[in-house]
Amino acid sequence: MTPLDVNSGDTAWILTSAALVLLMTPGLALFYGGMVRAKTVLNMMMMSFGALASISVVWVLWGYSMAFGDDVGAGLLGNPFQYFGLAGLMEDTGASLPTMAFVGFQAVFAIITVALISGAIADRAKWGTWMIFTVVWATIVYFPVAHWVFDFTVTEDDGTVSHVGGWIANNLKAIDFAGGTAVHINAGVAGLALAIVLGRRAGWKRDPMRPHNLTLVMLGAGLLWFGWFGFNAGSALTAGNSASVVWVNTMVATGAAALAWLIIERIRDGHATSLGAASGVVAGLVAITPSCSSVSPVGAILVGAIAGVLCALAVGLKYKLNIDDSLDVVGVHLVGGLWGTIAVGFFATAAAPAGVDGLFYGGGVDQLWRQVVGALAVLVYSFVLTLVIGFVLQKTIGFRVPEDQELEGVDSVEHAETAYDLGNLAGTLRSTGALGAAAAHRTDSEDAQKGVRA
Amino acid sequence: MKLVTAIIKPHMLDEVKSALESFGVEGMTVSEASGFGRQRGHTEVYRGAEYTVDLVPKVRLEVLVSDDDASDIIDVLVKSARTGRIGDGKVWSVPVDDVVRVRTGERGAEAL
Repeated sequence: MTPLDVNSGDTAWILTSAALVLLMTPGLALFYGGMVRAKTVLNMMMMSFGALASISVVWVLWGYSMAFGDDVGAGLLGNPFQYFGLAGLMEDTGASLPTMAFVGFQAVFAIITVALISGAIADRAKWGTWMIFTVVWATIVYFPVAHWVFDFTVTEDDGTVSHVGGWIANNLKAIDFAGGTAVHINAGVAGLALAIVLGRRAGWKRDPMRPHNLTLVMLGAGLLWFGWFGFNAGSALTAGNSASVVWVNTMVATGAAALAWLIIERIRDGHATSLGAASGVVAGLVAITPSCSSVSPVGAILVGAIAGVLCALAVGLKYKLNIDDSLDVVGVHLVGGLWGTIAVGFFATAAAPAGVDGLFYGGGVDQLWRQVVGALAVLVYSFVLTLVIGFVLQKTIGFRVPEDQELEGVDSVEHAETAYDLGNLAGTLRSTGALGAAAAHRTDSEDAQKGVRA
Repeated sequence: MKLVTAIIKPHMLDEVKSALESFGVEGMTVSEASGFGRQRGHTEVYRGAEYTVDLVPKVRLEVLVSDDDASDIIDVLVKSARTGRIGDGKVWSVPVDDVVRVRTGERGAEAL
């Protein structure tokens, strides 16, 4: 291979995209944080920030190597030792996109995938166990799945294969442009597994557990949408036509999904809500993630609108199934991810950058079955292993806080902090009785502190 | 002496306060409260899940008055707080044994 110059345009776009995607995790912290009650908002946000901290470190140590090292067999796993500690990746190889830019870009995908899971176990997890879970889950579940989906085999001009990648990308040839399977189905079904392991919150379905700050939720959804342009358009790995098509598809699918969600709410509940708008935005973003390179802008509108309808209806399922997926990780990310991944098989058009026709464009069912197999493979793998990881952690060090601590609120128990000191001005809190409870607990803990000091 | 307590709709506070001031009342205590009467609460919907919010925001207004003024002040309160719609609130009075002005130590009617 003749040495090439670094393409500064591509490199600038990918580094920028990586920073955009990193911002999605604090955005997610706001999105999730606003949806829980005031007594647990810090813990909710800390689960996202904890993933930022732990996964950025393990990604550098062994994560990148497990996902993007040479395949060790059958397209299932990259060699964890090949690039351990990113060894050998600092030199300038003359590639148009420096490897380190790709390392950084993929790192932030790993981080947000782990953080997404936390919404399913709001209000009741031990933070220390969560931190251990982030490392174990990323290692056993995310890094292999990222290898399956994102690691493409590299064939040189002379026909020699210089790098062997994962099975979904190279053997199955399912299209998952930016992570409908690896990120959203993966995190969504892992959330379902953890919600089953940890069980329902005390008072679930009986006590009001309404969002304590919908402005945070809206702000978080806005930051997610903003960052998602890096997530999707950055996944083109070049600053050109493909990224531009993806950008527009990402915008319009999201708008369509928010509209669809709000229309469903207006018809079913009588009001279009802000939480519905924020949720519709995320549902659309999730669905267009795998499909953004393979559909037309009009196709993107349909993919988004159907995602908005499906997810708005799916979030009610947890009450029927009696599973406390607290912030609807399943209803939004699993359902949206499944739909977006399978939608490629229906709506893909050869005119789009991916160059494949789906069922509705005369391509038959060839792409459709590949999409379904890819989605189901990730779903089953992640669900089973997450259940195992969750149960082992629950039985050994414990994953759930005791009920009295849960009722007091995990912020004060796990972090010794209170998010807001609003005192008697918290007029709206009083209407749920939460202020009285919080004041009583504060007195208890002050007494306890005095006791310890004396 | 009597303690007159009124539970009123929060947005009626300004009107009630000026009505009391016009009558000549020189002091009052106002606090935020929450509760329900016949109107009960309201429902909110989050992602399709309905929550009944039982306790609605109210303002609690307290005035210490002489026995002679009590009846008139109750009338002023009721008249100024009324919108005619359900949830307007309640007004009641209870007898008060003693009142002391903290700054001067004045007791009884002088402290009002």
